[in-house]
Amino acid sequence: MTEHNPLSQFRVVGTRPVRPDGIDKVTGKAIYGPDHVAPGMIHGAILRSPHPHARIRSIDTSKALALPGVKAAVTGQDLPHLPGKSVSLGEGEADLANLSCNCLARDKALYEGHAVAAVAATSASIAREALKLITVDYEVLPHVIDLEDAARDDAPILHPDLRTQGAEEPSDKPTNIAFTFALKQGDAAKALDGAAAVASGRFAMPPVHQGYIEPHACVASWNADGQGQVWCSSQGPFMVRAVTAGVLDIPVSDVRVTPLEIGGGFGGKTTIYLEPVAMLLSRKAGRPVRLAMSREDVFRASGPAPGLVVDIRIGADAEGNLVGIEADMLYDAGAFPGGGTMLGPLVLSNMYRYPAVDIRTRDAVSNKPSVAAYRAPAAPQITFAIESCIDDIAAQLGMDPIAFRLKNALRPGDTSAMGMECGEIGFVECLDSANAQDHLKAPLGDNEGRGIAAGYWINIGGASSASVSLAEDGSVAVVTGNPDIGGSRASMAIMASERLGVPYEKVRPIIGDTATIGYSVVTGGSRTTFAVGRAVVQACDTIIADMKKRAANVWQVAEDDVEWRNGAVHCTAKGNDNAPMTITEMAENANTTGGPIAAEVSINPHDSLPAYGVHICDVAVDPETGHVSIKRYTVVQDVGRAIHPDYVEGQMQGGAVQGIGWALNEAYIYNSKGCLDNPGFLDYRMPVASDLPMIDTVIVEKPNPAHPYGVKGVGEVPIVPPLAAIGNAVKAATGKRIRELPMSPDRVFAAINGGK
Amino acid sequence: MSKIAVTATINGDEQEFLCEPGESLLDALRMRLNLTGSKEGCGSGDCGACTVMMDGRMVCSCLVLAPEAEGKRIETIEGVAEGSVLHPIQRKFLEMGGLQCGFCTPGFIVAAKALLERDPDPSETEIRYWLAGNLCRCTGYDKIIRAVQEAAAEMRQERVVS
Repeated sequence: MTEHNPLSQFRVVGTRPVRPDGIDKVTGKAIYGPDHVAPGMIHGAILRSPHPHARIRSIDTSKALALPGVKAAVTGQDLPHLPGKSVSLGEGEADLANLSCNCLARDKALYEGHAVAAVAATSASIAREALKLITVDYEVLPHVIDLEDAARDDAPILHPDLRTQGAEEPSDKPTNIAFTFALKQGDAAKALDGAAAVASGRFAMPPVHQGYIEPHACVASWNADGQGQVWCSSQGPFMVRAVTAGVLDIPVSDVRVTPLEIGGGFGGKTTIYLEPVAMLLSRKAGRPVRLAMSREDVFRASGPAPGLVVDIRIGADAEGNLVGIEADMLYDAGAFPGGGTMLGPLVLSNMYRYPAVDIRTRDAVSNKPSVAAYRAPAAPQITFAIESCIDDIAAQLGMDPIAFRLKNALRPGDTSAMGMECGEIGFVECLDSANAQDHLKAPLGDNEGRGIAAGYWINIGGASSASVSLAEDGSVAVVTGNPDIGGSRASMAIMASERLGVPYEKVRPIIGDTATIGYSVVTGGSRTTFAVGRAVVQACDTIIADMKKRAANVWQVAEDDVEWRNGAVHCTAKGNDNAPMTITEMAENANTTGGPIAAEVSINPHDSLPAYGVHICDVAVDPETGHVSIKRYTVVQDVGRAIHPDYVEGQMQGGAVQGIGWALNEAYIYNSKGCLDNPGFLDYRMPVASDLPMIDTVIVEKPNPAHPYGVKGVGEVPIVPPLAAIGNAVKAATGKRIRELPMSPDRVFAAINGGK
Repeated sequence: MSKIAVTATINGDEQEFLCEPGESLLDALRMRLNLTGSKEGCGSGDCGACTVMMDGRMVCSCLVLAPEAEGKRIETIEGVAEGSVLHPIQRKFLEMGGLQCGFCTPGFIVAAKALLERDPDPSETEIRYWLAGNLCRCTGYDKIIRAVQEAAAEMRQERVVS
């Protein structure tokens, strides 16, 4: 079932045309990261540490270099040392020394799978043979995998120079705690001690992987004159350019990045792993070099989402008003600092009104791969704890879970504990819509339970560029710098078509390389249709203004006497019978009215609005095995406005299913040696088609005033509620509250059998 | 390392290529024949992105050695459309938003075509189990399943008409 009742004020916005890149993608013609071939290209391979923590005493590549066909070898010593330098990625700053050390280890290998050396050879098989000839002298060090162990004072230290950022009392003692932040408002302890209903507990979950099906891959070519080119799939070619140039310490303009089609990212491709290494190999070999990860490499060495351990307490008075929240969060950072710690408190505070707040968050490094963004980073983890407690409080008070949430939900005009001033947010509308769903009234069978949970995500705007140019026949080229990860070409074409009054099929949306379009931050943060879409619309408006001016000149009337309507200029001057000129006529005659008609717009909007969603989930719990199956699932979400509803629903469904996998199956499992035991899709069990029912969607549209068509952003929030929605459904089915993920059969079985 | 010469019928055309003895059919298709529509998501037969037909049998081409293709009939995603005319499954994937990033799509289309050639009227559950060897991380499968259902209905209709 899909529910979407668009306002009919638009001609194209809200319709479902075939995506412009569609045929290439159903016929196998589209070129993704691993598909690119450059003339004269040779093949690289990376040697990875078998140890989770080891000092690298020396690396000898001489035997590898002597193997016929091998053209180059590099180690971390070939990368410039960049202590203290950082690079802006639009969404925030990243430490270049850490990024460099993650691409190729310098002094220490910090996790199993950490890259330590690389070679390039005339064939992939020779490159793999060459890796066996590299000798690395490791001094194996004690390792720490478990998050809470890593945070202890006596833990093995990963980075001797690391000191806790944000600490109230700075210490000079080495630590694995990279960052801490605390927020206190009112007296939460007192409020909770006096509350009529309190839910509390320790919630814990291990890292999970984004699970994009396309492994990371790139081709790089770096010439002796300093000019380099990179072809790769990523969530942002400008990000790849900035980090590659930063890690190599070369001018940004010496790196030209051409984006290839991206086979899924979910945040995991907002950073890099291979590109500087491929560049170095290319410089040494004098040939373009291809580097590609295997699936095992992807699991062992690319960013999982952080695990979390949180102690939480939330309470309400007898009338059902929340009185306070306490939370102490510890997020995984993996091998390097930067676990997105600030996002936990943001999510914690931006759903409900709390008169008193006492929260602390920390992140700790450990001998696991460095974490990366994953769809609403840090939000699903903490929301699992929040929405489990909210459900338990409602149950204690005998209140309906939606009515309880409605009573406490943030509304326009509210200011959250973290200072978010709520604009036209649609949390209440989502709850109301959820409340009206037939799903809530459907009967349940034996061992079945129904859960609901809500979710919040910030959504961002940020630097975005777009160009719009008319061809001689009035057809339109739209160029942006943002990879199309799930249908954004279609939404850009729809918005340009709507604005210019030309048929959708006459708009060709192109993803430009870093030399053809202005800077844009990554496709991420649910920002593309909002921010890049706004740049596209503004570029359309710019050429419309230009055409009006030209028409005024042709007609010898004032510009105010020219109006743009339905894809044509109209003369409104009194007593004037000039026939309207269509965009096609304007384009055909462009060379006699002032030359080509084109505009490029670069903007940096920060007036995005957050997304809220409410999920309803029915599960069946097998009492004999503890297996949980999803029987029915409904996603309700405020999207502002759906430009192309198919791809909006697709985000809602896909995010929900990633959340289902997170809740039930997925986890990084380490053995006692500190090595990942499940680095493949057989043992890292993502949901498959036979695990699932259809995922029903309900699109709520409360427009964002800051976007010409009301877009808020869609992509991330759907992964936030499922963990708790399923936990609440399992509780309804079994009476047991499960506070650890995944809710795998053994854990559920133990819970329903009294913890045995 | 000496290479092996292989002759196979690929998407209806006889093709020859040289490959290493341990090379996968997937690598040969992608690297030797430039048929990059078949994708490597795992290299272990767990994701189905490399699904092709070999003598009418659905296989993960990452688990087949390239020399095993000798004398065989191989059909890949590049051979699903007839010239410029899309197969109904391809068309329904486009019309119904059955793809997001598109990386898993070739494998799904080849697998779905194999299903509908075997069973023109599968139930939703049968479609879900048949496609359980193909991983998609973007869509949650809903729109893929619906696209296959619609394509099946259209193909049954065509069969009645013709």
